[in-house]
Formats: sequence, structure tokens, C-alpha cells
Amino acid sequence: MKPFTVHRGRVAPLDRVNVDTDQIIPKQFLKRIEKTGFGQFVFYDWRFGADGKKNPNFVLHEPRYEGASILIAGKNFGCGSSREHAVWALADFGFRAVIASSFADIFANNSTKNGFLTVQLTEDEVARLMQRAHEVENYQITIDLEQCEVRDDQGFRAKFPIDSFVRHCLLHGLDDIGLTLQHEAEIAAYEASHPAVERG
Amino acid sequence: MQRLKARWLAEFPACLKACPDTNLTMPAKRTLFEKIWDAHLVAQPAERSPILYIDLHLVHEVTSPQAFDGLRAAGRKVRQPLRTVATVDHNIPTEPRGTPITDLIAAKQIAALQSNCKEFGVRLFDMDSPEQGIVHVIGPELGLTQPGMTIVCGDSHTSTHGAFGALAFGIGTSEVEHVLATQCLAQQKPKTMKIDVRGRLADGVTAKDLALGIIGQIGTDGATGHVVEYAGPAVRALSMEGRMTLCNMSIEAGARAGMVAPDETTIAYVKGRRFAPRDAEWGKAIAHWRSLPSDTGAAFDKVVEIDATQLCPFVTWGTNPGMVAPVTGRVPELRGLQDAERRAADLALQYMGLEPGRRIEDIGIDRVFIGSCTNSRIEDLRAAARVAKGHHVSANVRAMVVPGSQAVKRAAEQEGLHRIFQDAGFEWRESGCSMCLGMNPDILQPGERCASTSNRNFEGRQGRGGRTHLVSPGMAAAAAIAGHFTDIRNWKYQ
Repeated sequence: MKPFTVHRGRVAPLDRVNVDTDQIIPKQFLKRIEKTGFGQFVFYDWRFGADGKKNPNFVLHEPRYEGASILIAGKNFGCGSSREHAVWALADFGFRAVIASSFADIFANNSTKNGFLTVQLTEDEVARLMQRAHEVENYQITIDLEQCEVRDDQGFRAKFPIDSFVRHCLLHGLDDIGLTLQHEAEIAAYEASHPAVERG
Repeated sequence: MQRLKARWLAEFPACLKACPDTNLTMPAKRTLFEKIWDAHLVAQPAERSPILYIDLHLVHEVTSPQAFDGLRAAGRKVRQPLRTVATVDHNIPTEPRGTPITDLIAAKQIAALQSNCKEFGVRLFDMDSPEQGIVHVIGPELGLTQPGMTIVCGDSHTSTHGAFGALAFGIGTSEVEHVLATQCLAQQKPKTMKIDVRGRLADGVTAKDLALGIIGQIGTDGATGHVVEYAGPAVRALSMEGRMTLCNMSIEAGARAGMVAPDETTIAYVKGRRFAPRDAEWGKAIAHWRSLPSDTGAAFDKVVEIDATQLCPFVTWGTNPGMVAPVTGRVPELRGLQDAERRAADLALQYMGLEPGRRIEDIGIDRVFIGSCTNSRIEDLRAAARVAKGHHVSANVRAMVVPGSQAVKRAAEQEGLHRIFQDAGFEWRESGCSMCLGMNPDILQPGERCASTSNRNFEGRQGRGGRTHLVSPGMAAAAAIAGHFTDIRNWKYQ
């Protein structure tokens, strides 16, 4: 997994609440059996018309947000389906992090497995960042996972909460299957006292 | 949606109220969730997330191919093939079996599951299997799902299995790989929430309406970070299938999982099923299951009380499952809503082609979908058939019934339900997820409006530009016949 330490990048504002994973990556793109190549389909129904033509009014298509690597959105981001394809699509499109006042559990969990950061700030802080992303040309911020802090060049500075183990894994890009397998002896002991039964 | 909630709540002042938990806790008193959690802790390494053992891992074609690829790349095996069961459900057609799959990418995904199961020694209930069905329908009906278990699946509606008093939750593909490789998950401990449903549901008011009523109250993120335990007389009175419907929708309130404590209803349901414990094991199992309910006085992080007697049949009007109105009500007015909420409601109404104040019963429909892991079991089909009997689907409506599994389909056909549906003009199809998420050819056309027994009314969920209204099976069947939403409590049964 790609480590996440400190990232500075352009911010794109997606001013909607309850952005669900069906919206992030519609179902017709879930049939691929690879983890790659989902970026072209991210927010497909919003980015493209029914005729397949680019929707120039969608925020990610505005030239000023081109190349944005940080998305800022309304509360309950990533709700709905457990599809990890949503994280793969955002990451493949070029995002490294999403900032919102709350995230759905499974989406947040999936993000941590892909070196993708979900940054939880207060509603007020999100509103301030959203406003600056709308008003300031080429608005950039820094997300510092070492300090658990978001800051910009105009004096914004806010701490964000994150589970210490999740932070550790992200900072070092750790494979958590490997970490679990360090407990082979305990798993084997548990299985010895709880054997699987062949039935059916 | 606070104001919207308040608006329809005003019509039912005694309906739902949140209250802080005032229980004083003794450390020895544990909830159902805590008992299962504690019993499955393999290790609690310092400074790391606890490692939880997984009893049952259900696998389907859409969220597993990349996980099996990961195993191969790392040279790992499926650690516990006996605890891993796969089926195909999400993208398969519901045309008669044997019809070639014309979607080549879908066919490739199905083929990938078949070859992965073969290579890694995983049992697969394939397309042509008499046990095939939606993963959350076949788990319970085969007796794979049992009280006290930890159950995961790469699907958010895994919460369904919590109806048995299991800890069951959806995971992403990375965690699917993790469980395949280790039979464990590193998990942060969620918080607990009790939803106490007092009184009884009235006739015509179903588990689906209870679920929609709860989400309408607490919001689509009302239970985020929490495992919900549903309790109270109205929940006790539900059949296992009703409990599955209720737990299924937990994720729509953001919950990590939903649960109902096992009781005699649960035990009677599991008994004799194919993978259920037998003989001496059965006695031991039920003794264990009877020890699982939350201890009296066990504390929850949050408690919500609901008065079941004040609930009614609900219809969603917007683009998330929290946007609900009583069937006798109206699309809410947006005056007075603030910023983000108003924008969300406004966008939802634009998408849905509705205006504030429209009577719900005046909303006409084009399509009806009776199916999905929420409402495709035999009791759901009986409820819909009872409504359909002796009537005919409106000339303007195309209606389909998609049984949740081959076993449900067989049972329905033995009872003659398929004849009732077909005589009434409903299509009777093969089992699968179908139009719940439209990964197969069963989709809405742009602008089509659908009364659906599924779980999500998100934009584009059932097809780009499609407009989904979530309802119970009886309400869906009645809407198919009337051509618009209608209050099932006034239905003229024949």
C-alpha cells in the first residue's frame, strides 16, 4: 500500500451531502475483475450526459479544479454499497483524500486499505474550506497525517481525529493481512477450540 | 433532514422519540453484541485494532475477483474453505436459466468466480444450482446463518443476517481478501445502539415500514459507527423474515450492523436446515443461543424509542431512504429548510420529477419491482400475491416479481403464487439481485418511476434517470394494480 504522510494539493469542492457509492461509481462499471482503470468512470452520471458527452458544468470539469487531488464534500460521504471500487475510482482519478464532516463506516474502512485518506473535520471547518475552494483560484491545502492537521496558506489550521493504528498503517503503507498473520499462533489456537464443521 | 423529519413527525407526535440511555451499568452486564464480540476475539495487540475471528464468509461474483487475485499474487490460500460459501447473484440475468448471458463482461466475472472457487476449494452455489439465490437469502435458508456467529460478505446488506442474533456486517474487497487469507479481521470496536420498538405494528404495516420509519427518524447517518440491536414487543412479534427485512435496512441508517436477539422464533426457523447443527450438537447450540440475549440492564451507547402503533405504510419520495412520507401524506414542503438540507431535498425532487406538496397517492408509476435481499422471501411473495389475486396490473405499468432464491421460487410455485402473479399480469422471473441495483439487464429507462421493494432509492441505482420509491411488497403490488401509490390498509382483497 502506498504510504500517506504529508500531501499538498489542489482542492475540488463537491457541495453535496450523502454522496453515495452508487454515485461515485455506478453499477455498470463494477463488472471489471481488475482493481485498476476505474478513474475514468468516477461520478460518471454527473460527469457525463446520457449521450456520453462531458458535462462541462460539473465541478470536476471546471478548468480551475483540474488536477485536484483533494475532494471536499458534505456529510455522510460514501454511504450505501460496500463497493471498494468507489475508493479505487477516486484514487485512480487522482485523489489522495476526501474531507467531510462524516463518512460512512465501510467507505472509510475501505479507504484505509488503499492509502487513501478520509479526513473528518467539523461542519464549520468543512464549510470554510468549501468556501475558499469556491472563491480562491488554485486553492491548495496541506493534509499532514504526521501532525493530524489540515492547513492552508491563508491561516486555516485544523486537527482531525484518526485511529492511531490506522494512522500508523497509512504512514508506513503497511499490509494489514501481514500484520494479522503475525498472530498465527493465536489464530491457530482459536481454531483448535472452534473447529469448522463439514455439513451439508 | 432534521426539518423534514420534524414535518412528518408532526403528523405523528407520539411516533418516535430519542432518549438518552439512563441505565447504570455493571461491568458484568453485556449486550448481545458484546457477548459475540468477546467470544470472537483472537488477539488484542497493544496499540492495534483487535483481531476478530469470522465464522462464516459469504462470497459473490462482484466484490471477490480482485481479492482472489490478491491471494494469488501473495501466494496465499483460502484459510478455511469450510467457512467460505459462494454464489452468483448480483449480475446474473433473471431470464430462464440456460439463456446465454449476452453481457460479456458480466459473463467473464461469473467465470472468474467459478474458476476461483475451483482453484481455492470454495463451495459455490452456481447459476444452475437448486440452492442458488441472493447471498443474504440463501445463507439463512440453508441454515448457514446461525445465532452467535460472526458473518461477513463483500456486500453492505450483510446486516440482514443479524436477524438471527449474529454479528454480520459488510466489508470491501480488501477485507474480503483479508478474511479469505486469515479468517480474521482487524476491527475497531463499534459503539452500540438500542432501538426499542414499543407496541405492535398495525395490520398493513410491515417490517419494511418499520425500517423506513426508523431511517426517516434517525437519518441515513443516524447509526453510523454503531451496531444496532432492535428490541421491544414489535420486534419480538416479527417473523424471521420480517426481522431479516428490518436488519437488512440497518446499513441505510449507516449502522455497522443490525441485530435481533435469538429467541424461540429463531430456533424454530434454524432447526432442521441443511447446515444447521444436528443431534447432540443441536442441544449444545440452542443452549448457547439462549444465553446470547443482552443482559437486563446492559448499557448501550445510545437508545432510541419507537412507538410501533403510530407507524403506517411509508413511501420514499427522494433519493435516499431517509426521505420518507406516510402513504397518506404529501411530498414535504421545503420552506424553512437550511442550506445543505434544502439543496439536497431540492436536488432530490428535481431528480424525482416531483414538487413539494404533491399527495403521495397521486404519484403514478411505470414499473414495479418485487424482489431484492430486503423483500424477496416467501412471506413477501405471499403478501404481494394476496394483494394481486383477482386483480390485474394497470395497463401503464410493467411489473416483475423476482424471487430471492431458487428455493423461494420453488416454494412459491408449490403454493401457486406464480399463477396468481402471472394471471394478474406480473412477470415471474428467475432468482437474483436483479433490478435492486440493475447490474443485469433488469433496469429502469430514464424517467421511469418505480415502486420497488428494494433498499436504495439513490440516483441512478435502478438505471440512469430511473426514479425509485421504496415500499413494502403489499404496497408495491397494490401500486402495480392501481397505477399509483395507494394505502394498502384500504385494499379490497379478493
